[in-house]
Order: sequence, then structure tokens, then C-alpha cells
Amino acid sequence: MSALSVSDLSVTFQSGGKGFTAVRGVSFDVAPGETFGLIGPSGCGKTTALRAVAGLNTNWQGSITVFDEALQPGQKITGALRSNIQMVFQDPYSSLHPRHRISRILGEPLALRGMRNVEDEVRIALDQVGLPTAAVGRYPHQLSGGQRQRVAIARALLLKPKLLLLDEPTSALDVSVQAEILNLLNDLKTSHGMTFVLVSHDPGVVAHMCDRAVLMQAGHIESELDRAALSQGGWVEQLSVR
Amino acid sequence: MTEPLLSVEDLSIAFPSATGSVRVVDGISFSVDREVVALVGESGSGKSMTGRAIMGLLPRRAEVRAKRLSFDGQELTTLSASGWNRLRGSGLGLILQDPKYSLNPAHKVGRQVEEALLLHTKISASERRERALDMLERVGLPDPQRVYSSYPAALSGGMGQRVMIAAMLINRPKLLIADEPTSALDRGLQDQILTLLRSLSEEFGMGLLLISHDLQQVSRYADRVMVMRRGKIEEQMASADLANARSDYTRALWAARPSAATYGTRLPIYGGEA
Amino acid sequence: MSAIVQAPLGGPSFLRRVLRSPSAAVGGAVVLFTLASALLAPMIAPYDPNLQETANRLMPPSAAHWFGTDGFGRDILSRIIYGARPTLLLVLVVVLLMAPLGILVGILSGFFGGITERVLMRITDIVMSFPRLLLAFAFVAIMGPGLINGALALALTSWPAYARQARVETAALRRSDYLAAAEMVGIRGMRLLWGHVLPLALPSAIIRLALDLSGIILAAAGLGFLGLGVRPPTAEWGSMVSEGTQVIFDQWWVAAVPGFAILITSFAFNLLADGLRDILDPRHD
Repeated sequence: MSALSVSDLSVTFQSGGKGFTAVRGVSFDVAPGETFGLIGPSGCGKTTALRAVAGLNTNWQGSITVFDEALQPGQKITGALRSNIQMVFQDPYSSLHPRHRISRILGEPLALRGMRNVEDEVRIALDQVGLPTAAVGRYPHQLSGGQRQRVAIARALLLKPKLLLLDEPTSALDVSVQAEILNLLNDLKTSHGMTFVLVSHDPGVVAHMCDRAVLMQAGHIESELDRAALSQGGWVEQLSVR
Repeated sequence: MTEPLLSVEDLSIAFPSATGSVRVVDGISFSVDREVVALVGESGSGKSMTGRAIMGLLPRRAEVRAKRLSFDGQELTTLSASGWNRLRGSGLGLILQDPKYSLNPAHKVGRQVEEALLLHTKISASERRERALDMLERVGLPDPQRVYSSYPAALSGGMGQRVMIAAMLINRPKLLIADEPTSALDRGLQDQILTLLRSLSEEFGMGLLLISHDLQQVSRYADRVMVMRRGKIEEQMASADLANARSDYTRALWAARPSAATYGTRLPIYGGEA
Repeated sequence: MSAIVQAPLGGPSFLRRVLRSPSAAVGGAVVLFTLASALLAPMIAPYDPNLQETANRLMPPSAAHWFGTDGFGRDILSRIIYGARPTLLLVLVVVLLMAPLGILVGILSGFFGGITERVLMRITDIVMSFPRLLLAFAFVAIMGPGLINGALALALTSWPAYARQARVETAALRRSDYLAAAEMVGIRGMRLLWGHVLPLALPSAIIRLALDLSGIILAAAGLGFLGLGVRPPTAEWGSMVSEGTQVIFDQWWVAAVPGFAILITSFAFNLLADGLRDILDPRHD
């Protein structure tokens, strides 16, 4: 069983009367436990494809299956599937609500599910990502970029997902903070037994993190890269646009 | 030996705050001549502030002190407002991170590229246009005429940055400061822009100060590298010597970059800092 | 373990932030003062506002009557103090009706888009094109003079601006990662609108409100001036100005004092609005 199976995925955006096809006939499979890369130059459709899998954009055609459960186009993801697919966004500054304290950012999703000892769970979540309990009383703007991204990761892990989608998770961070976050992600992947799908335009991050990848161009898949190909680096030039 | 183009001796920059004065740059000294020097540091290291101090672009509440801050023989700490106006755009140039925020969206590109000529020279309008078109071609834009008469909104990120470079170099400044000139661009484009900056600075005999947070990347284009940390210069060396850096911090910064070689391993972390 | 940024736990308190902005501090102080006088009127007004002393008509300001007396011999100071009540009551009614209605319409349009947005925005446009005061006159003409009728008219024509503003803010938020992230963890519907969208759309609405209130006060005074507000002999600034215009050349204070009260209160709300922007955003430090 694959963790994620995408078949003939197409996403078209309507603007006025015209349609723009961002993703066209994309198919790939992700094995459980691997880190799979969706790479390509900006505008190639990798983020659009990722957001379709995340359920943020329900306007797609084709088929998306996560651990043998199919997503329904046109419908929001609910239930167990919703818990199983989670996402870490690119810029923690714009994905953490500026007016909510960390306690609420991490506590609300748990309270929503009727969990009883929310405070303890929040403390555990913070601990997992290396943040002290004192962080609960802070607002996002009172934390550093790296700390915010840790909170974002903690939030993504609250519902114990099996599939974690990462949209350029470290591009807004300094090099040394990036190193810590990448280490953290890999540690958590092992300890929680997750599968990663990573979107990135940074060849270093891709080469470090991914077991396999597909290279996208203008909405379709250009080539598939296994570990050997990723190590070689011939694909790096194709990440840039003219 | 002639004096270097830029001499900085014991520069300190502090900002007043509710809890007293906060030093963001703490007594640094360095020089830049007609060479490419990289000033590297992470957020909060003080590198951008340093660049702005050299351009006289710090906010008014900043307290700048230096034993010496001189460019081309002129002492910058005592320079008047009109002195700065004469210097910027002629002797000194600055390129910032995102052309979206440096190019005026309401004016055509050509006009903005020529602006420095308008302010600092007395050449005719047709000659200005000539020089602008020439510059746009030199920075690698395929259709200079079209770009000249477009608005910035029509340009991609990479093109916009090339336009910025053209605008800044048109008056052949002696020193160009580039503050994170490629962070807003795609990886592949970044290399192109840095290559362009380097080759133009060689061609024009300029000094180039590259400010960046990416040590590995910028060291490929610089002759010398200065690593800043928490307001101080940690280490300075020729970029060829980076592999043998003495400071732990520099070594960690160098090694922290992920790559195919680090696959399956933990990236090294400096000390225990966040 | 990452060290926590050395910021105090809550940042400077709300009060501190108000004090740091001179506009907000001054404006806020005056508004509070007016509010207090209105509430404590029975205790601080030296005379009964409706007590007529025809022997002492149109007296200039003196020790006995700090602001003099009007055409009926009533103490102007007391009438000013009591006169704050209808004004503030009207402001309150308008605020409670106008802003929430407008914000609700705006958020719903911005969030759901599509046909909801189109319908709601067209309604907004229609209401927006009604001339405010004219409608107030019409209301009052049909339903008779009175504070509530005037307030209703003002409120029902003032909410569109809030709707527009809230819609734009919500539509921008719609595409943001804040909401996307909330949806990912299952936060939907009312909870999302109330807990996530509203807090972000609120600050600009509050600022707009403070600014609008100064206009509302003037509009209310206008209604009073034209005799369409409260019924005499109730003290109300606008009608006081109206009464005073008849004797304005000889006994200028009868019109000037309430006029001044209107000016100061209106100005205070303006100042408050001016200073509020900086205070309301937790990111601004």
C-alpha cells in the first residue's frame, strides 16, 4: 500500500472567463516512510499539487489516495483522513495567527476533538519540538523565526498524522536554524513513523532530505529522480526559470 | 600603499530602547578595496546595519560611532545631508533584496535607470537614454528597448533585480553594496545574478560588498569573507581559506548547509543556540 | 532546548500603550470624562436642567451660573452636563447596531465569496447610496421625532462602510496561510469566522468606528438643531445650539457653549481613532 497515490491529477484555476491549468495529468506514488520531493522552478505547479493533496484546494480532477483512502474532489477532507494529512507551511509568520497565544494555537485543535487534558498535551507537543513550556503564554511575534516554525511543526503533529506535507519549510530561515529544523523533522519522522512529501526549490535541502523526487515543469512531471539521480545533481539547473 | 576605498575602524551602532541602549554592531573594523568582499552573518548579526551605516541610511534614532568610517578619502561620519546626496548614486551604490520594493511601480523602468544620471550629471536626454539602454544590455536583459519602456510590474523577479543593478551601476560607482541581492530569487537565478555582479565589478574596477546569510553560496563569488556574529566580526579570511576557518562558528556555518553529501546524517549545529 | 526571546510576558500593558500615544491618551481621556459626566449628571449638575427662572433669563456667565442661563432661565452648565446623555445614548445605539451589522455582512461576503458576496455587496451599495440625513428626516417625519428614531436612521445608513472594509480584509485573509492552517487542523465554520477571521478584521473596524463617531455626533446634533431629535424641554446639545441662534449676537454663550461641547467631543473621538491604530496591533512594538 502506498502512503500517497496520485493519478492523473489536474488543477485548473478560473479567473474571469479564462482558465489557467496549473497542474496537468500528474501521477506519482509515495511509499510509506519515505521523504518524497516535489521539485521544480517557481510556477511549475508543485505547491498547487501539494495543496490539492492537503485538501486546501478541492477543485481538482483525477484521483488522490492516502493510505488507501480516497479524497473526494469538490469536498472538504473530514474525519480520520483529516487527522492523517497535515501540513507545515512556508512562512511561520503568516501561518500562526498573530492574535492567538501559543497555548491557543496548539490547544484549540485538541479541545475541538474533545480531548480532556489539553494543557498536558500541549506541553508534550512543545517538548517534542524542543520548546520550553514557557512558550505557551507567548504570541507568535514574541518568538524567533526558528521557534515559530517549531510551533508550526508541533501543531502539524497534534493530530498524529501519517502523512506530513512540507511546503518550503525552511526557506524563510537562517542557515543554522534551517539545519536544526531539518534535523528535528527527520528525528520526528523516525519517532512518529511518518511519510513526508516535501516541496522545495532549494537543491541543497532536496538533496539532503529526499529519498526520491519528481521534477515538475509547467504543470507536468518532467522526470523522476531516484536517490542516485538526486546525489548526482544534474537536475539542479532545471530548478531555475529563465 | 594607497588607502583602501572603504575604511572602517571601530564602528559601533546602537539603538535606544525601553531597556537602555542596544548595541547591534559592536566595534568592528575592516576595509574594502577594488575587490569582492562578502559580509556574512545570520539574522541579528548586524550585517545589514553595517551596510546601511556605510550608505548613511540608518534611521535617525540610531547612534553611530566610529573611529574612522571613510570612503574614497571622505570621512562619512561628519558628512552633511547634501554631501550624502552627492555621494549616493555616484560614488556609492546600494542594491537591496527585493526589486519589488526598490523599484517605483508608478514609473517606467527607463526613467528609473536613468535617474542617477539625471541627478549627478549634466548629459543630454538622448545620451542618458543611450547609456540606459547600454546598461540594460550589459546586465543581460534580452530586449533592452522593451524593458526600457515597461513598468516594473511587467518584470519577473530576476529581470527586476537586473534592472536594479543597471540603475545602480549606470553612474559607475566606486563601491557597490549589495544587501541580500538574491534571497528573493529562485536558486538558479541567484547564481546568475551573483555572477553578473562579480563580472561587472571586475569590468568597472569597482569594489563590491556582498552582504548575505548564505556563507557557502556567497563565498564562491567573493575574494574575501568576513563572518559577523552578534555585532562583532568573528573572523576574516580569503574565501579560499574558508575550509580551514579557525573559529568554531564559521566552521559550523560552513558545514550547516544541507547537500547530497549530508543525506542521511544530522546537520552540525553550533553550540546549543536556537 | 531553545531559549525564549527575552521579551516580557505580555509586552507593555494596554494602558501603557495608550499612554504612549498622546492622541489616544488625550482623546480617550476626554471621551471618558464626557461619559462620566453623563453618568453622574444628577450628582454633579448644580441645578435641575429643566428648572426655569424667568427672572434670570439670558444671564452671562457668573459665579452662580458658570455658563450663564438660556432663554428660559435654565442653567446652561447643567443642561450641558445632562445634554451629554442623549448624545452618548445615540452614539451607543448606533455603535451597537451599525458596526456589528456591517462587520457581519462584510465577513460573510468576504469569506464565502460567490453569490453570497455579490448579493450582499449589491445590498450594501444600495444602502450606501442613501443620503444619511435625508433618510433620518424621512424616518422622523414618518415616525415622529425622538432620539431612537434618529439613531435608527443613522445606524441603518452607516453600516455599509464597515461591510466594505470587513469584506476586503476577509477576502485578503481568505488566501492567507492563517486560515489554511486552521482548516488543516479541522477548524471550520462559525468557529473559524468568530475566533480567527473576526480578530483580524476588528482593529480597522474599531478605528473606523472611533472616526465615524465624531461624524455621528455631528449628525445627531444636526438632527437636534433641526428639531428632529429629542423633544423639548430635554437638554440636548444640538437643540441647545438651535435655541441659542436666536440670541446669538447679544447672548453668544447660549449657542457657543453647546457648540463647543459638540466640537470637543467630536474632536476627542478623532484623536482617539488617530492613536488607536498603533495600539491595537500586537505586532506593533
